[in-house]
Amino acid sequence: MSKSLRIEDVLNWLSGLSMMVALYLVFVYAPTEATMGHVQRIFYFHVSSAWVGFFAFLVTLVGGIAYLRGGNRDWDTVALSSVEIGLTFTAMAVITGSIWAKATWNAWWPWQQEPRLVLVSILLLLYLAYLMLRAFVEGEERKARFAAVYGIVAFVSVPFTFMSVRWWQRLHPVVFEREGTHLAPAMLATFLFCLVAFTILYFTLLLHRSRLGRLADQAEGLKERLRTGEGG
Amino acid sequence: MSFLNKVLAIVGKDVVAELRTKEMFSSMLVFALLVIVIFSFSFELRVENVAQVAPGILWVTFVFASTLELNRSLAMEMENGCLDGLFLAPMDRSAIYFGKMLGNLIFISAIEALMLPIFSVLFDLNLILPSLLLTIFLGTIGFAAVGTLLSAIAVNTRAREVMLPVLLFPIILPVVISATKVTGGILDGVPLADWAHWLRFLVAFDIIFLAVSYMTFDFVVQG
Repeated sequence: MSKSLRIEDVLNWLSGLSMMVALYLVFVYAPTEATMGHVQRIFYFHVSSAWVGFFAFLVTLVGGIAYLRGGNRDWDTVALSSVEIGLTFTAMAVITGSIWAKATWNAWWPWQQEPRLVLVSILLLLYLAYLMLRAFVEGEERKARFAAVYGIVAFVSVPFTFMSVRWWQRLHPVVFEREGTHLAPAMLATFLFCLVAFTILYFTLLLHRSRLGRLADQAEGLKERLRTGEGG
Repeated sequence: MSFLNKVLAIVGKDVVAELRTKEMFSSMLVFALLVIVIFSFSFELRVENVAQVAPGILWVTFVFASTLELNRSLAMEMENGCLDGLFLAPMDRSAIYFGKMLGNLIFISAIEALMLPIFSVLFDLNLILPSLLLTIFLGTIGFAAVGTLLSAIAVNTRAREVMLPVLLFPIILPVVISATKVTGGILDGVPLADWAHWLRFLVAFDIIFLAVSYMTFDFVVQG
């Protein structure tokens, strides 16, 4: 117990510190982009949130497969925790992306220009469905089983959605190319640091959320024992 | 009994049940007519060229009709404990998956075959083209492959009629996007080479989701 507490402490401090450094890098260290100006600074947190969202859903897939293979409830808790965190970050990516699109294309929702934003919002819908499914199934074991299967099917559909949205957009003229790979070194460093900082934050949240889930499970078990104890 | 015979036995059972009651065909015919009337009123009064909106209308109708059919397909088995009986039968669970999947594929295709002539007449477009039929068939396999798995999940939830579309729509979105694109291309007379990649995409989707659903179906129906 004390050992796991120490890991949590380390992660808490590490994510707090790295987020502070990330804020400094984004707002002070990174140079202002020539054509887009300060708005471009949203890019660092936007892409990092999208990355964490995507990574979280990958963890859900792994957790689902591990649960179906071994039947260990902890894996289901990890999968569910990861979906909740992933949805939060995906929502952040959609909101920041929409703000950025408004500044760049003067439209909140660039269906044609930015297929990745469309893809991320589809991810949001997929995993909202995952949570809805859990809410509508009776019985913990069955809930975990259905959720694991849906987590697998949902993740397998992601590359297909990505490709179809990509191709669908290709038939329209590309109005504006993202700056893409030619980032200035200071920008690249800031970007990479943000990715790392957000990933640390993800693991910190995952650890806390999974622990909460396990404790809730235990509390549920104790209550059940108490109830049956009183009955008998 | 070989694996194929077991699969065909399940398909045969579903087909006979439908032929006796004709429940689905009659309701689907009315459904198709109603959808077309609703779309006509909501679009046609403002759209000058029907061919521009026809692919969208066609696929939205197919998606809705498939959802209704998939819901009915497993809800039917829930009555009188039919599903438990099916699972007690001495056969592999995957035979049940492929049996129900083929049954769904046959029924959805039949519904679409019923709707296409109605669409053609009411929209004054020739929709009975070999390339379009192939596209519809590939798209329908995708619907049936994922839909059979997800409807087995949805029948075991509260609010099952709502649950299936919520689970199914985000996953079959690639099928809808690609099928609508190809349908538009065919109606516009675009040469084959320009949308062949979409057809390959549909085939890949079908194969992968058949495999994934086959592998996970066991976990859905156990216990």
